[in-house]
Amino acid sequence: MKELRLMKGNEALAEAAIRCGCDAYFGYPITPQSEVLEYLSNEAEKRTGMVVLQAESEVASINMVYGAAGTGKKVMTSSSSPGMSLMQEGISYIACAELPCLLVNVMRGGPGLGTIQPSQGDYFQTVKGGGHGDYKLIVLAPSTVQELVDFVDESFKLAFKYKNPVMILSDGALGQMMEKVELPEQKERENIEYDWATTGKPKNKDRRVITSLHIEPDKMEEINIHLQKKYKTIEENELRYEKIMCDDADYIITAFGLVARIATKAAEMAREKGIKVGVIRPITLFPFPTKVISEAANNIQGILDVEMNAGQMVEDVKIAVAGKVPVEFYGRMGGVVPTPDEILEALEKKLVGELA
Amino acid sequence: MNEKNMIDEERHYSQVIEEESVCTAENIVYEKPSVLLDTPMHYCPGCGHGVAHRLIAEVIEELGIQNETIGVAPVGCSVFAYNYLDIDMTEAAHGRASAVATGIKRVFPDKYVFSYQGDGDLAAIGTGETIHTCNRGENILVVFINNGIYGMTGGQMAPTTLPGMKSTTSPFGRDTQTMGAPIKMTELIANLPGTYYVTRQAVNTPVNVRKAKKAIMNGFKYQTLKKGLSFVEIVSNCPSNWKMTPRDANKWMEDNMFPFYPLGDIKTPNKEN
Amino acid sequence: MAKVKGDILIDIEKCKGCELCIDACPQGSLEKSRKVNNKGYLFIVKIEDNCTGCTNCALVCPEGAITVYRKVDKEKKQVAKITNVTSDITVTVNE
Repeated sequence: MKELRLMKGNEALAEAAIRCGCDAYFGYPITPQSEVLEYLSNEAEKRTGMVVLQAESEVASINMVYGAAGTGKKVMTSSSSPGMSLMQEGISYIACAELPCLLVNVMRGGPGLGTIQPSQGDYFQTVKGGGHGDYKLIVLAPSTVQELVDFVDESFKLAFKYKNPVMILSDGALGQMMEKVELPEQKERENIEYDWATTGKPKNKDRRVITSLHIEPDKMEEINIHLQKKYKTIEENELRYEKIMCDDADYIITAFGLVARIATKAAEMAREKGIKVGVIRPITLFPFPTKVISEAANNIQGILDVEMNAGQMVEDVKIAVAGKVPVEFYGRMGGVVPTPDEILEALEKKLVGELA
Repeated sequence: MNEKNMIDEERHYSQVIEEESVCTAENIVYEKPSVLLDTPMHYCPGCGHGVAHRLIAEVIEELGIQNETIGVAPVGCSVFAYNYLDIDMTEAAHGRASAVATGIKRVFPDKYVFSYQGDGDLAAIGTGETIHTCNRGENILVVFINNGIYGMTGGQMAPTTLPGMKSTTSPFGRDTQTMGAPIKMTELIANLPGTYYVTRQAVNTPVNVRKAKKAIMNGFKYQTLKKGLSFVEIVSNCPSNWKMTPRDANKWMEDNMFPFYPLGDIKTPNKEN
Repeated sequence: MAKVKGDILIDIEKCKGCELCIDACPQGSLEKSRKVNNKGYLFIVKIEDNCTGCTNCALVCPEGAITVYRKVDKEKKQVAKITNVTSDITVTVNE
């Protein structure tokens, strides 16, 4: 039975993890995501027998995820920006070894220890790699607590479909704010034996080895080619985005996550003033809606990209637009959330005023 | 088929098998376990890794747990352990084997899980993971190969390098004033309540090999008790990076390593529990 | 006249000539060959016909290259049986 509840983003995410039949969570406390670990510690084991373990560091927790994911179980971790930086090595190993798992980054302002306030400063880290080598995560950027919930089950499906780590890129505001959510029904934890999973060598079958080590350059290149092919397939099949008021728009704001909601408000305010503004919100950051933005750029005057960082996704927007129309950027950093007024002002100043 | 044909003559062409040969299947008293694959090992001549691998394979075979065992080997010379052991294995990042093993054991508490780590891995880059895995009392076996040097990267100083011992990064000998003293990881983790069985062994002589096998056997058996972590250190050699012949290396190990890292049980279920 | 007859077979392609088995052999049966194997190692060969099949060489062999055989002449009457306490070897002495 579906259930309506008023929940904090982090807790809703944890609840969704229990309900989707997640087998294990390994994590380490860090503000503003500690509620995930706290909520799971309190609820998970008694309800579904899910393993919840507080590791000694993010480095350890991502490696526990690596080990457990290798057995074919549904495994996840969550952290916030500085912790995610520590996890990058492990994520690179997981991506190369092609293991499914769910990672959640409740982003906070950086660089360094930074602040505990919300930020989108980890776009590059998440979308462009983060760790060493050529690999990609499937990245989902929720903009509501409801999406945080819905994306958990969705992420596991994608992770197992492509044997690839999936990242939910949340932020401190989304993690801490309370919204009404519709929770899915409790799913049974599954016990699927995958032929690639290390669960003990089956009799009369070959042993399974999970590794990211391929000393022979030809073999390593082969692995890379295979990964790139897989990422291409993901790009073709798994693109998700949202177009809001774009049909008659003269200007488009591109934004992801929470900022897309603020941008939508700014677009509505602009329309009250007679400026036709739409919003394109990439829901998957990888794959990125390059074509969608490129096509949209054919019929508009300009794009304003808004982020809670110094301008990261804007680079991908510019690649998509390829100089067809001006692409401007407005961002706040260090944990400051932009207001709709600021966004509207930036739009008027940087695009509407300039082009008039 | 006569007895001669039972022997793979090509592999043993230099040895003349006489008519009254005892080299027949029914007379075999020792052969390589089948869990140890036929792939020639990449280890240098005389390296203790080979014996340690074989003992693990023998134990897995004798206990009949090949289909229930998952091994973890991290970065170091033994990173290719999965090429030699016919079991499911995961290769871990440098230092993280015990965390990876924790992840596996937690989702499969009834399987046999072991990590196989060198001194740089276990006692330098992975110290945190080692201590906390021991402290949580994960029901796994940790096999710790201590040869006091970094083998894979070419002979740099390890956390367990002896005082005064030369390496490529302590070319004038380890100066404990500036480089610290060697860490006795095994004594250190024996103090943690999470460890159930802690022992230090070697594989240089037939007697020591038998003892080491017994220790590894215990480490696997104790996992079913769910009473904590088993830790088997194997003091080993590194002829290549010690720049000695294998025979000299073993002699050097007996004269220098064993006094500093004395062999024997440090914590046994009978004594401590 | 030894009543326990042992023998070994060395997989000379696996052997790296480390010589640890030479030290382990109580009978002095082993020596380094003057030939090299395909990897270029001087492998180990049995030079004496006095092997008792004690398995010591195989135990210390890092390559798992040695298989040990032992045959006890059962036709003769057994007068004593000694079990080595440090190992699982049973040495049977015949008349």
